[in-house]
Amino acid sequence: MTPPTPSAAAPLEVTDESVEKSITSPAPSANESKSPGQLAWRRFKRDRTGVAAACIVIFFFVIALCAPLIAKLYGKDPYTTYGLSTPGLLGDNGLPVKPNGGIDGEFWFGIEPGLGRDLFTFLLYGIRNSLLIATAITLLVVIIGVTLGVTAGYLGGKTDWLIGRVIDILLAFPSQLFFVAFTPVVLALFVGADENTPVWLTVVCLVGLLTVFGWASIARLLRGQVLALREREFVEAAKVTGASPARIIFKELLPNLWTPILIQATLSVPAMVTTEAGLAFLGVGIQDPTPDWGVMIGQAAQVYQDDITFLLFPGVSMVIFVLAFNLLGDSVRDALDPKTKR
Amino acid sequence: MSSTTPLLDVSGLTKHFPIKGGFPIRRTVGHVQAVDGLDFQVGEGESLGLVGESGCGKSTTGRLITRLLEPTAGKISYQGKDITHANRKQLAPVRSEIQMIFQDPYASLNPRHTVGKIIAGPMEINDINPAGGREKRVRELLEIVGLNPEHYNRFPHEFSGGQRQRIGVARALALEPKLIVADEPVSALDVSIQAQVVNLLQKVQQELGIAFVFIAHDLAVVRHFSQRVAVMYLGKIVEIADRDDLYGNPRHPYTRALLSAVPEATVDETPARERIRLQGDVPSPINPPSGCRFRTRCWKATEKCATEAPPLVQVEGNKPGHLTACHYPETADTVPAPRLSKDPEPAV
Repeated sequence: MTPPTPSAAAPLEVTDESVEKSITSPAPSANESKSPGQLAWRRFKRDRTGVAAACIVIFFFVIALCAPLIAKLYGKDPYTTYGLSTPGLLGDNGLPVKPNGGIDGEFWFGIEPGLGRDLFTFLLYGIRNSLLIATAITLLVVIIGVTLGVTAGYLGGKTDWLIGRVIDILLAFPSQLFFVAFTPVVLALFVGADENTPVWLTVVCLVGLLTVFGWASIARLLRGQVLALREREFVEAAKVTGASPARIIFKELLPNLWTPILIQATLSVPAMVTTEAGLAFLGVGIQDPTPDWGVMIGQAAQVYQDDITFLLFPGVSMVIFVLAFNLLGDSVRDALDPKTKR
Repeated sequence: MSSTTPLLDVSGLTKHFPIKGGFPIRRTVGHVQAVDGLDFQVGEGESLGLVGESGCGKSTTGRLITRLLEPTAGKISYQGKDITHANRKQLAPVRSEIQMIFQDPYASLNPRHTVGKIIAGPMEINDINPAGGREKRVRELLEIVGLNPEHYNRFPHEFSGGQRQRIGVARALALEPKLIVADEPVSALDVSIQAQVVNLLQKVQQELGIAFVFIAHDLAVVRHFSQRVAVMYLGKIVEIADRDDLYGNPRHPYTRALLSAVPEATVDETPARERIRLQGDVPSPINPPSGCRFRTRCWKATEKCATEAPPLVQVEGNKPGHLTACHYPETADTVPAPRLSKDPEPAV
């Protein structure tokens, strides 16, 4: 027989970017080959909205991480009541004396009416705490959701039925109402009526509750993806060579699931930030002396008719952050999945 | 067939898929009788072709042999060892000797793995460390299947269908198997590529002495590739014979009808052979006909066919090893034997 020439069928490609590549380089060398991840990164870099959104998001995370450092350089902290200790900052009605909420060279974002705390550091620490909580919840949600979703999808049968029903119940639950109603109940289990609730307990409780209700949607999504993937022939090919279920899940299936996982995670962070802020605003999340985005908006909403700048800074920064993060999520999805063209 | 223990011995192999239904309690309301009592052997280095139309249970048979599916009944022995219900651990030593090539070259390669990782995967799983390292072995395999060893670090999406199928072949060869189940390995490919892949498989079979179970619906490809051919209809083998016997002297009406449907490319002075047109559709495998399963579409069916299932035996006038399941086998003079151009060349 004649050995078939491999080059004969070379230009038949499948995806759009590889066609493009075969045009630009008719005989690509081995070093030039790109993984799907590298291709996605290249697509992402071409997306200007995505890059801008990513910069904004990174900026927020950097200032959140560096909040203590910035506060030190700036020379203030979010707890000292400057307005009470320094006369002349707050007027008799408790409002800042200077216009625009007391903005000047010393207090960049003004001071808080009533107590006279520094709003710049308060916002910094608020962003820091909110992002910390939201990131922690997202991490837990993703880990639990991926584990349960992939397990349910791959094993099927009774496991799938059980996990599926739990997901149904959790998704049908009015979770916001539940948080409002049950956070005080849960806290009361750990803290006596006359004691103060420690901040760490509130945080743990918040993270726990939001995680319990958060993993269901990502688990359901991944279960569906796994159901489609496990029937693919490459899984059978792995089985034929004797691969264990663990190997199939982690080595064969999981690399194909990073796209939905990443998309879900990037969309989950802003959702958790707003949920957490909403709960703080309603008074069931983080409580006042602890700086928090939601707490700050809640405080500001009480005096917005007299001091709109107080509301402006946390409000606008949150809108920018959530918007940027959602746009980033969209761009990540577009970059990872070239077939979803809008 | 060799007189010693055959490499693969399948007897009474049956797979029924349960159909679940009912409310509120789901229960089994019926069975799809995908494969119903197959008997065949594959000898060392032999290639058995399995042909039949869509839905006759060819692929299910392939998946039963490789134990991707659990047989409902029957027995599968590999080198005399019963592997019918062996679990994953028990199968481990056999796994490396029975490999599979899949139909869809786009679905059978993990899109997130490089070619090197895909081909080295089986060695990794079975903890095989060839001399000179796995990478060297992978490069060798790539060369055997006619791909550039430099493509080691490429991803499947950078290859065409035919090249992907070659990667699939290389993966199957990675464990140096004794038996390869090829599930319609070329039916998803372009005709011009089909010939290349079939020739590659033939080269592999002859040079490495690997036995094949070659599943296909293309009679010409099977004729080119297999020494023995089994024809399936609705989960049963209706005829099994050596290649030349089956194509030259088909005894089962279904085989004859299949062969008559192969388009002829030759133009000569002899009048065109008669084309047998089968009436109706393939009956549902959920509720197959009684007796002979082909009787609903057979032009010779009688009362006997409806009541008595014909056994797969060597009917009168057959050479040894030529088994036919029919009460009224065809003879050479009833219908002129169909011709097939022998070695199909790539249509380029």
